[in-house]
Amino acid sequence: MLELKFDKTKCAKCKAVSCLVKCQYMDFKNKALAKKEWQKVINGEDSSVLEACTTCYACEEYCPFGNHPFYLIVEQQEKKGILPAPRPIVTMWINQCEPVGRFMVGKIEEKALSYCFMPQFNDLVGSKLFENIAYSSFLGQEFFCNVVYLHYAKMSVIKDRLPKVVENIARLGMKEVICLHDECYGAFTSLAPAYGIEVPFKPIHYYEFLYNRLKELKDEIKPLNVKAAYQRNCSARLSPQMDHFVDDIFGLIGVERVQREYDHENGLCCAEIIRMSKGPAMADDLQKKNVDDMVKFGAKYCVFNCPACYDSLAEKVVKAGMDPIHMIDLCRLALGEERGQKLRLEGMPALQVAMEGK
Amino acid sequence: MSDVYEALQKIVGKDYVSNQTEERYFYGRDPGLMPPHEPDYVVMPKTTEEVQEIVKLANREKVPITPKGAGLSLTGLVIPQRGGILLDMKRMDKILEVNEKARYVILEGGTTHAALKSYLIKHYPHLRHSVPDSPPIATVVANAVIHGQGRLTQQHGFNSDLVSGLEVVLPTGEVCRIGSCAVSPYWFSKGPPMPDLSGLFLGWFGSTGVITKLGMQLYPCKKIRDAMLFLTDKAELVPEIIRKLTHTEMFEDIVVSAQPIPLRFKGNFYILVYMTADSDEELEFKKKMAWDALWVYFESKDGGFVSVTPDMKPAFLAMPSKDTTRFADVSKGGGFEYSGPITPIDNFPIFIKKLEEKAEEYKLFYASSARVIDAGHSMMFSFSYTFNRANPDEMKRAKKALDEAAEFALEKGGVIWKPNINEQQMVMERMDPNTLKLMTSIKQLLDPNGIMNPGNWEVK
Repeated sequence: MLELKFDKTKCAKCKAVSCLVKCQYMDFKNKALAKKEWQKVINGEDSSVLEACTTCYACEEYCPFGNHPFYLIVEQQEKKGILPAPRPIVTMWINQCEPVGRFMVGKIEEKALSYCFMPQFNDLVGSKLFENIAYSSFLGQEFFCNVVYLHYAKMSVIKDRLPKVVENIARLGMKEVICLHDECYGAFTSLAPAYGIEVPFKPIHYYEFLYNRLKELKDEIKPLNVKAAYQRNCSARLSPQMDHFVDDIFGLIGVERVQREYDHENGLCCAEIIRMSKGPAMADDLQKKNVDDMVKFGAKYCVFNCPACYDSLAEKVVKAGMDPIHMIDLCRLALGEERGQKLRLEGMPALQVAMEGK
Repeated sequence: MSDVYEALQKIVGKDYVSNQTEERYFYGRDPGLMPPHEPDYVVMPKTTEEVQEIVKLANREKVPITPKGAGLSLTGLVIPQRGGILLDMKRMDKILEVNEKARYVILEGGTTHAALKSYLIKHYPHLRHSVPDSPPIATVVANAVIHGQGRLTQQHGFNSDLVSGLEVVLPTGEVCRIGSCAVSPYWFSKGPPMPDLSGLFLGWFGSTGVITKLGMQLYPCKKIRDAMLFLTDKAELVPEIIRKLTHTEMFEDIVVSAQPIPLRFKGNFYILVYMTADSDEELEFKKKMAWDALWVYFESKDGGFVSVTPDMKPAFLAMPSKDTTRFADVSKGGGFEYSGPITPIDNFPIFIKKLEEKAEEYKLFYASSARVIDAGHSMMFSFSYTFNRANPDEMKRAKKALDEAAEFALEKGGVIWKPNINEQQMVMERMDPNTLKLMTSIKQLLDPNGIMNPGNWEVK
């Protein structure tokens, strides 16, 4: 059985208790109280943390020792049978991502693109950005990173499935995997090592790929000269070292990342998971705060890393007068290309009516 | 019989009558499990007068006559059990009048739901009708005659409840108007404040006359339609969940689905809650009402609303839903039938159990899609099984499963919806004898020669 590499001595020495003190959803300004509550989590005792956690992943980033506080929370939630979301929703997620032998594999070369289990990436990669690699790609439940189960206190599912996913990908024979889904990169560079799962290929975050590719295409870039708000997603907390690429890419394509309140370490969850787990009031409040903050700083675009965040917030972003766009599409615009992902108005009936009215 | 053929040609013209093998083959069957039986003639009238002449001919010659819309009941209701004339109504497809303020439409007996929906979108976008989840070629009249259900059934009842007037050719050839249109130029009521005679024709499957015109109530078409999806894994909670949702009087439609594949459906009951609104505020208010109504299940973790992404929504909001058609071909080979008893909602848990038991026993793929009727007074629960038409053994197993499900539904107090001729007998065997006597008298009175869709609602 895979065991979490968690060192409680590191927590014993920690004075900051950043995992809880910095949490944006639980009130642990009192460090002593935070320390006491965190010790309960370590000891496997009942703790308010296990019930109140919104599963935003942020404490993984806050911990200065890389001691995986969030993974420990998820482990303890599962041990205690605490369900962050209603049981049927957890069941649905577990069932729908179960490998059933239906997957797609292209002509795999040394480098390959991982679509994870998200066919919507197909809309995005039809660009010169990916012209030399798009055919070397794979998609399906067999390659699904399974990180989502962190939201549902189901580390056991991850421990069961992730090694097989790594094996399935390795069997395709590439040396480098460019992860279009940020969460896959987190799975291979954070979750896997935390549980001692060997990853026999080199994971590359698509931000790094985009940055290098844009440098190759530098002469074709027409700077956009716009301000954009960046929506940090939960899994970005598993690879905070990639965040500088947002600035690097923006720098190449002439986009100013507005220095708003809810970005970087202080980024807010897109809140759709929170809607399912904590109810609509908290989710609506967070989404409003987040979008208002983007508007306040004069952003033209709201730039998304995660397709699920896009689905959650796009309608509200448009209603607030901004343009929701995936990072890849933003780069495409700078290259003079059409964007690949169109706003699915038929899936946003209220927005559709509002747009028709204009 | 050749005299009948020539007489039919004289009535409708030679292009619209056939006694050819290919037509008789096609009109002798439907996509369900009932055995085929061919008509002797297929005729397509264009006017009420032509229908009248055909019925008079049939009555005079004592030739059976079966009126047909699109033939989509799946239970063989328009398979001409004793041959004779198959009256295909599709040429009578005119939309005659829309009364905007009184909100009704008058249309001919072969008009399809697709035609009505398109017409309203084009000419009266602020009005809508209750679209059933059958293929778009289903006709409005046939759907009303079988007590069909549509997207407005949760709010306003069976589609037959929405009928606001009829023009009927009686089996003896007289044309008769039913409802307010019998005494007034307006088609606003099928009966009240007079005796409601529409019950002589609705639910009889064409065995008491041919409906040549129909008035149908229309309803406001709000600017926004949206859907929420609630999941629970406990069948026993479903009746109370529906009671709580219907108590709000907020929702357009409520449909409960259960099926084992695709895997995302496994182990859960999917409750789709549809709503309409004219503004964001109204929509958000209705969504909040749904959350408030079901909060108790959210807190107990027994149920929750799952986010519906923009990718998922178009399929949920499609009218008609395409899911039934997709399901129909799961086993490949295009066979699909369901028994759909109308039942008190409290029966949901035992019906689900029976659905799964029969699927297991007969090795069939199953699904159920249950629609709430008229604020929860009842629901249509579908025992649905698919089968491959090229696999006679699978068809036999599907038929057994459906027959036993229907028997079970009756035992538990349900009433079979659009029953096939065998199920009609099962219903009549259990019927109050005086009620049965009344039905028999009505049929005898209206159709003394027994020519209209014989075999249906027939006392043996």
